[in-house]
Amino acid sequence: MRKNLQVAARAVLAVAALAATGVAAQQKSAIEEIERYRAALGDGNPAELWEARGDALWKEKRGPKNASLEQCDLGLGPGVVRGAYTVLPKYFADTNKVEDLESRLVSCMVMLQGFTPEQAKKDPYGGPGKKVAMDALVAFVTSESRGLPMKVAGTHPKEVEAYELGRQIFFHRGGPYDFSCATCHGVNNQRIRLQDLPNLLNPRDAKKAYTAWPAYRVSQGEVRSFQWRLLDCFRQQRFPELEFVSPASVALTMFLAKNSNGGTFDAPSIKR
Amino acid sequence: MADPMKIRAAMSGDKVEVKILMSHEMETGQRKDAKGAAIPAHFIQTVTATHNGKVVLSAEWGPAVSKNPFLAFKFGGGKPGEKVSVTWVDNKGDKRTDEATIS
Repeated sequence: MRKNLQVAARAVLAVAALAATGVAAQQKSAIEEIERYRAALGDGNPAELWEARGDALWKEKRGPKNASLEQCDLGLGPGVVRGAYTVLPKYFADTNKVEDLESRLVSCMVMLQGFTPEQAKKDPYGGPGKKVAMDALVAFVTSESRGLPMKVAGTHPKEVEAYELGRQIFFHRGGPYDFSCATCHGVNNQRIRLQDLPNLLNPRDAKKAYTAWPAYRVSQGEVRSFQWRLLDCFRQQRFPELEFVSPASVALTMFLAKNSNGGTFDAPSIKR
Repeated sequence: MADPMKIRAAMSGDKVEVKILMSHEMETGQRKDAKGAAIPAHFIQTVTATHNGKVVLSAEWGPAVSKNPFLAFKFGGGKPGEKVSVTWVDNKGDKRTDEATIS
């Protein structure tokens, strides 16, 4: 009797071990399949259509001052676009603020083109049948940093302040789910359904995640900026709506961007 | 007017490989908006690619093709420096023609 039980127990253990390896194998192959799907789509990334539209918008004379954005200082001097995204967010003396790409574009639209801040911020994200300038400009500017290493300085006192604020936001728990960013993005091997969640406190994941945004979302048919990425994270956390180019959004971007330093920028990418 | 296509045409062995990105909503007609009204169908119906005035690809498309579609194909007989021209026409009669030089 006793021996029979032992045999049975061993058999149960063996089945359990088999099941565990089976699940792991299934997960792995699902992740590999998603990677394969991304690679297959990468060749014809529609983000290129946004890049081309953004390139034209960058040079187009617009706004009350009938000026282009070509003299916009994105952090490497007026008119320098190549590599500019790798140093953002950054402190700018002319606005006395730390700005990410989107907020800097808003500032340039105000300073160079004469838009009011409300006009410049009015349409931050595209949607069905609605093409906006911001998405296209973001796609164009970021595409000019493809292949370059991230090097956010973060040394100016205001940049240090923004980084620290961003770090605090990352760990701030709140909302009806009592979530923080770190709840999902501070642990290894977390998933939502089949989607791997990067552990943003692990330098390898932090680099891979930050350098893959903005991205063309196949499921939405739109290029999504990093501001949108954060907006949607806040929505998923059931936090109050993250205001476009708000100091909080820029601070959180500062925290995540600086943590990706050394990673090779590879966006606009394509995501499911 | 529709946004330009992105067309790349490059020699791949003795064939020309053409890759085209088109900017189009490709609305199926099956979806409804927030008020419950059907969104009218709006999709590309024909795609034609020509090389030296000769048609090298002709396709009939329907609403099952994705938004912002990507099309890749190869054809024989092209040489670097020659042009490939692509035209699409949608169900509302909108059309767009762009061309690329074979590299």
